[in-house]
Amino acid sequence: MSETPVPPSTGTDRVKRGMAEQLKGGVIMDVVDAAQARIAEDAGAVAVMALERVPADIRAQGGIARMSDPDMIQGIIDAVSIPVMAKARIGHFVEAQVLQSLGVDYIDESEVLTPADEAHHIVKTDFTVPFVCGATHLGEALRRIAEGAAMIRSKGEAGTGNVVEATRHMRSLRSGIRALTTMDETELFVAAKELQAPYELVAEVARTGKLPVVLFTAGGIATPADAAMMMQLGAEGVFVGSGIFKSGDPAQRAAAIVQATTFHDDPAVIAKVSRGLGEAMVGLNVDTLPADQKYSSRGW
Amino acid sequence: MVSAPLVGVLALQGDVREHRAVLEQQGARTVAVRRPEELAGVDGLVLPGGESTTIAKLADRWGLLGPLRAAVRGGLPAYGSCAGMILLANRLLDAPADQQTIGGLDVVVRRNAFGRQVDSFESEVEVAGLPGGPVHAVFIRAPWVEETGPGVQVLGRVSGGPADGRIVAVRQGDVVATSFHPELTGDTRMHRFFVDLLR
Repeated sequence: MSETPVPPSTGTDRVKRGMAEQLKGGVIMDVVDAAQARIAEDAGAVAVMALERVPADIRAQGGIARMSDPDMIQGIIDAVSIPVMAKARIGHFVEAQVLQSLGVDYIDESEVLTPADEAHHIVKTDFTVPFVCGATHLGEALRRIAEGAAMIRSKGEAGTGNVVEATRHMRSLRSGIRALTTMDETELFVAAKELQAPYELVAEVARTGKLPVVLFTAGGIATPADAAMMMQLGAEGVFVGSGIFKSGDPAQRAAAIVQATTFHDDPAVIAKVSRGLGEAMVGLNVDTLPADQKYSSRGW
Repeated sequence: MVSAPLVGVLALQGDVREHRAVLEQQGARTVAVRRPEELAGVDGLVLPGGESTTIAKLADRWGLLGPLRAAVRGGLPAYGSCAGMILLANRLLDAPADQQTIGGLDVVVRRNAFGRQVDSFESEVEVAGLPGGPVHAVFIRAPWVEETGPGVQVLGRVSGGPADGRIVAVRQGDVVATSFHPELTGDTRMHRFFVDLLR
C-alpha cells in the first residue's frame, strides 16, 4: 500500500475483475428489449445482456450478426438498475468503443456474433470498460486474459438449448487447471508452450489452482438443472441466452434458474423450482449442426 | 469473550468466498447463510458485495428477510460492503420501488451513486478507528450514504475526484457498512475491526 494519497483511478484490473466478482453466484440473462430486461430484473438476474436477437433467432434467421442498435441498448440501460452488458463482434474494436461510450457495464466479445477479424481479438487493455470472453479450454481462456479479459465464460453452443458443449468446455477448463497444479517449474514452461499462453499466467494458475478472473458458464443452458450442473462443475455463475425468453413462461423459468444457481448443491430445491415450468426451448443437436453454424469454433 | 467468533456470511450471491477467507484469516469461524436455520448461533453477520436486488429477492423468497431483520434489530453485529451497505440501509434512493432491505442503519443510501461500471474506481480513504493510514478502497458501481440519522457515526469519506467528500463508511452501534470492498484488496483491517467487535 502506498503512503502518499493517489488520485481516484478508473479502469484498473482490480476494478474490472472486481466487477465480475460481484456477479458470482448469479445469472446473467439475454434480453432484446426493455420489457424483457424488467422481467429479468424482477426474476433476480444479476445483470442483463442486451442484444438484438437471441442466439436461437440468429441461428434461425441467418445473416451477419452485429452489435445492437444503440437506441435499443440505451432503452435497456434506462429500464433497469442492474448492470447491462452488450456484445461486440470478435475483433471489432470500434463496436467496443461505441458500447463503452454508451455506458454499458461489461462488453462480451462474443462468438455468437459474426467475427469481424479472422486473426485478432480486441486489445481489451485499451478500454476502461471490462470485457468477458468465451473459451473452450484453458489455453484460449489464458490468451483472452492476456489481452485484458476480466471475466471468462465457457462458450458452449449458444442458441441450441443443448448443454453438452458447455459441459465439455467446463470440464476441459477445470481439468486444464488441475493438471497445471501438479506440475513442477520445468513442466510449466512446456505447458505454457503447449497452451500457447503467457508463462506468467500459466504459473499463476498453477500456484492458485484457479483462473485469475471469474469463470462463468454459457451456451445452451435451458433448465434449472442445467444451471446447477454447471455450478457443480465449477462455474461461478451462469449466462442464459435463448433458454429463458424462448421458453413457455419466461418469468417463472428465469426465477427458477436464479434459485437453482444459488442452491445448486441442493437437489430438493432444484426439484421444487423445476416443477410446472412449462415448455423449455426447443433444442438442437450440436453434432448435426453444419460446421459454419458451430459458434464455439469462432475465436482462437 | 469469544476467542473464535462464528460469523454468518449471507451466501445467496456475491463475493462470499472473499469475505469468508478474510474473516477466517482474522481468526473467526464462518458459516454460509442461505436459510434461516443457518443463522443459529452466529455471533455476527457479514453481507457481501453482490447485486443487492438479487440478494434481496432471494432473501425474501427463502424466508430470510424476517429472521435477518429480527437478528440485526436484536443487536446482532453486522458488517456490509457495497451491496451489503444497501441491504443494511433503512432507506434507499435509485432503487426499484419494491426493493426491500434488512435495515439497521439509520441512513439513506443511493444505489450506483458514483455512476456506471466505467466510473468504478480505486482510491485511498481514511477510515476513523483503523490505524495504519488510509485504506486502499475499491468502489464498484458503488453506493454512497446520502443522509445519516442522529445515531450514525461517519467513519470515512471519499477524498479527491468528482465525488470528493461523499460518505462511504458508517457505523451505528455494532452495525458497520462501507461502500467499498476491502475483501478484494488484501487489506484486512476492516474485517479485523469487525471481528474485534465480536470478541
